[in-house]
Amino acid sequence: MAILFYVAGAVAIFATLMVLTRLNPVHGLLYLIVSLLAVAIVFFTLGAPFMAALEVIIYAGAIMVLFVFVVMLLNLGKRQVEQERAWLKPGMWVGPVILAAILIVEVIFLATRTGGAAMGAVEIGPKQVGISLFGPYLIGVELASFLLLAALVGAYHLGMGKPQKGEKEYGNRTDESRTAAGRDLVRAGADRPVGAP
Amino acid sequence: MRETIIHIVTVLVVLFVVLNIAAGLIWVERRLLALWQDRYGPNRVGPFGLLQVAADTIKLFFKEDWVPPFADKWVFILAPGIVMLTVLMSFTVLTFAPGIAIADLNIGLLFVLAMSSLGVYSVVLGGWASDNKYALLGGLRAAAQMLSYEVFMGLSLMGVVLMAGSFSMSAIVEAQRKMWFVVPQFLGFVLFLIAGVAETRRLPFDIPEAESELVAGFHSEYSGMKFGMFFVGEYVGVVLISALISILFFGGWLGPVLPPIVWFLIKMFFFIGFFILLRAALPRPRFDQLMDWGWKLMLPLALANLLVTGAIVLAVR
Repeated sequence: MAILFYVAGAVAIFATLMVLTRLNPVHGLLYLIVSLLAVAIVFFTLGAPFMAALEVIIYAGAIMVLFVFVVMLLNLGKRQVEQERAWLKPGMWVGPVILAAILIVEVIFLATRTGGAAMGAVEIGPKQVGISLFGPYLIGVELASFLLLAALVGAYHLGMGKPQKGEKEYGNRTDESRTAAGRDLVRAGADRPVGAP
Repeated sequence: MRETIIHIVTVLVVLFVVLNIAAGLIWVERRLLALWQDRYGPNRVGPFGLLQVAADTIKLFFKEDWVPPFADKWVFILAPGIVMLTVLMSFTVLTFAPGIAIADLNIGLLFVLAMSSLGVYSVVLGGWASDNKYALLGGLRAAAQMLSYEVFMGLSLMGVVLMAGSFSMSAIVEAQRKMWFVVPQFLGFVLFLIAGVAETRRLPFDIPEAESELVAGFHSEYSGMKFGMFFVGEYVGVVLISALISILFFGGWLGPVLPPIVWFLIKMFFFIGFFILLRAALPRPRFDQLMDWGWKLMLPLALANLLVTGAIVLAVR
């Protein structure tokens, strides 16, 4: 299991580096998906199969699909690649690298001081996760659900869209507007007056 | 050592059987459709037209395997691989009969859901990498459709998980000794069936590739065996959903007299036939109708089913 852990960890780090350096956003997202999958394997080797499954279903399978979806809608082309190339100048890296180096030193310091925990000693199944979520951590679950409900209502409000002046309220609903207009909304061929043969 | 060999043999046998069933389905589907539409279907190549599959495969292999110059080459090549990989990976956790399983994980069902959620990428990336407006529209539709239907696909199965008390396939089948889950979880079954059709992008939910509006949707630019991968991947998906329905709702291998694996295959083929009948019977909905249907009807129903099942399971205990 130890070798699987290290391989998956190395893949995750490499994929994340590739995410940062890719010029094409979709390629970057693909590497990010690989990174998340590698993290799922890390979870699995550490004895948390349930977390691994959730990582794949929620992060890799749902959230990242939305990211890809949005990037597809933006229709980014060569211009975007040029912009990315301009942004990824060597000078850009100095600040983040110094900050990251401080963190790495801290991690090494902590890792050498305390002995590492045993790996995959106990397997945490779905049942234990559920019991601790709805037991000691119930308040956290409730707070998260408040937040999500607020986000849901907010997103609904933003997405509703107010009708423009002179536009019927159901203007974006094809069924109703079609009934109201009494004809097909889109017609093929040359434009003819309504009712003409 | 002996165990390892048995493992490898099981993997190869499952792979062989699944791929052959999927390829055979091309013939089965065309013959059954023909039967229901009062015509013959492919009946020239070999006995009953059975060798049609071989002819089609040879044709696909010898077609020019072309990558359009404007496409994003590596993503374009990767996309059809993802569909085959994710669908075939799902078969690893299915228990076909006692002892006939590749890996009976205790998170089996979650693994299947995870793989099906990764399967979206093949269609989305295939559509994007083609750099063709029809393919892009198909990819967008696929992303929206599969993401929304995935949500209650998972939720509709949670009733079964609650009643069995486990995510493991074999435990779920064993929990159905007294009664098939289709009886207490009828709503869950119907929801899963609809979500399954949408996830495999089969008719009537083949909106991502609706040929009357989008040429061929996300795989407009694909040819040769890359197209074949999408094509066979869809059939493997049908086999997978049929196998899942028979395991989760119809008692898997349980049944009198006949050996377990035979019962499993009978149930699975029944649902494959049902999938094909759907294609012959139903028209394709409009895209906004599909999304409305998913979020406004199916999702609340799945949540209600989960809530009621949970309450009853809690009350009975």
